[in-house]
Amino acid sequence: MTAVRAGWILTQRNLAHWARQPWTPIFGLMFSIMLLLVFGFLFGGAISVPGGGDYITFLLPGMLALSMMFGVESTATAMAGDARKGITDRFRSLPIGSASVALGRVGADLANSAVELLVLIGGGLLIGWQITSDPASAALAVLLLLFFRFSMLWIGIFVGLAFRGEGATMAVQVLVWPIGFLSTAIVSAETMPGWLGAIAAWNPLSATATAARELFGNPTGITEGPLADSAVWLAIGWPLLLTAVFLPLSARAYRRLRSG
Amino acid sequence: MNLEAEGLQKRYGDVRALDGFDLAVPPGVIHGLLGPNGAGKTTAVKALATLIDVDAGSARVAGFDVRDQAAEVRRRIGLIGQNAAVDEILGGRQNLVMFGRLYGLSKVDARAKADHLLDMFGLTEAAERAVSTYSGGMRRRLDIAAGFILTPAVLFLDEPTTGLDPRARNEVWAAVREVAEAGTTVLLTTQYLDEADQLAARISVMNHGRIVADDTPAALKRQIGGDRVTVTLAADTSLDSTAERLTAAVGIPAGPDADTHSLTFEVGAGVTALAGIVRALDDLGLVPEDLVLRRPTLDEVFLTLTAAPQEAAR
Repeated sequence: MTAVRAGWILTQRNLAHWARQPWTPIFGLMFSIMLLLVFGFLFGGAISVPGGGDYITFLLPGMLALSMMFGVESTATAMAGDARKGITDRFRSLPIGSASVALGRVGADLANSAVELLVLIGGGLLIGWQITSDPASAALAVLLLLFFRFSMLWIGIFVGLAFRGEGATMAVQVLVWPIGFLSTAIVSAETMPGWLGAIAAWNPLSATATAARELFGNPTGITEGPLADSAVWLAIGWPLLLTAVFLPLSARAYRRLRSG
Repeated sequence: MNLEAEGLQKRYGDVRALDGFDLAVPPGVIHGLLGPNGAGKTTAVKALATLIDVDAGSARVAGFDVRDQAAEVRRRIGLIGQNAAVDEILGGRQNLVMFGRLYGLSKVDARAKADHLLDMFGLTEAAERAVSTYSGGMRRRLDIAAGFILTPAVLFLDEPTTGLDPRARNEVWAAVREVAEAGTTVLLTTQYLDEADQLAARISVMNHGRIVADDTPAALKRQIGGDRVTVTLAADTSLDSTAERLTAAVGIPAGPDADTHSLTFEVGAGVTALAGIVRALDDLGLVPEDLVLRRPTLDEVFLTLTAAPQEAAR
């Protein structure tokens, strides 16, 4: 059987999990909404946007990008869980292409993330966020966000396969926080100390967040530097690079199950 | 032969998990692979099921080479590993339909097959429930059903009853017999002599990565002797002198074990010999701490089987 067909069957399997246990994706969603509310209303009053603009309008595209990055946790956890429970071995003993298991994960997680984006965008519009650009640009913003999620998927698959222990997924869960905050997702890099701002500006998450702001017609909080000039290109380039690194690593980790 | 392995070698660091593993199993039988923890049983199964590459040696399953024709092999095998590798969140029917479709059945065929297998393995009533609510025996049976979707030429069962209560074990045994009756070759690994004896037409005994004996259960049992009677003596009774006196009185050598302060007799038919031992104890005026009639332990089986060729060579 082709890996694509088997991948689709495994996508359905992963989606069926959410139908059986809807609280898992619902809690994930509630968590994103909670973060949005905490930063939008609790901290938001104290945060100013360089170059001007309303903080909620600045924040929302950043939250969208941040929730795409947090998806790496659920990907890694699900991959490691299947490997630990012997289900991955069962799949490996079947006459299906070796890419199937990863494709099933990719399909289900992208579907989940697309729903998450829709809900957060709807929620954002309710609390005063506005899209001031044209529909084509807004659609491109959504695509770039999903592309970023796609690159995160391969990091998650690699971590889940290569380090099957629970410790690895715990490490991912902890690490996403500093990496998520050390970016322009929540505050502009230009309000940070110089060296910290420079690191934040080079965070792939910042590229996607800034590109989404531009494309939705929202304030970017960036007035100079590569991020101000070519955020959209960076939001294409970074995920491409991450995928180019972690997709082969994931494939290698999957093959290495054979030596174990 | 439906399963053939020659000189399989697999090392993990310093450990030789497989060290010249040979196997030949004809079609349509249940073959037992008996060995203690760490003997290499699971590694052997994983190598035969194309899950791991071996360092040396060759193996053919259902007529195909496991290294060069892995895809062909996978179309003809079912693998049931040590953990019941079914999806716990999904229901029983959902699991079987998913595996059916992964084996290439259409949706309609996969559903029909799932219903048939649920019925065959007695799971119809629990079909819609999440597998996480299943008992250990039910989970195992679902696991075996999932490995049985294409009626495989070879089914690998890796310690299918470890950790199950006796009732669940009987259910699994019935399922395994059902599978074999359908014409599938079954390679069953187990730590229990009893289980191999119950199910297998032939048993390979494995230790330290290789086969140390290969025979029918009846012949193996003859080789390892009958039941054992162990008499634990009171602390103030001398082990050696009692051993001599009991050996003379019973007519069967009593093997002393200083650690447990006990004597063990290898008896043919346990119950009649037991009466003789009790009478002899009585005649000698000895009151033992404990007296047990039991099957040989796996340790004793290995001692007997690995010692026999050496003694013969002397």
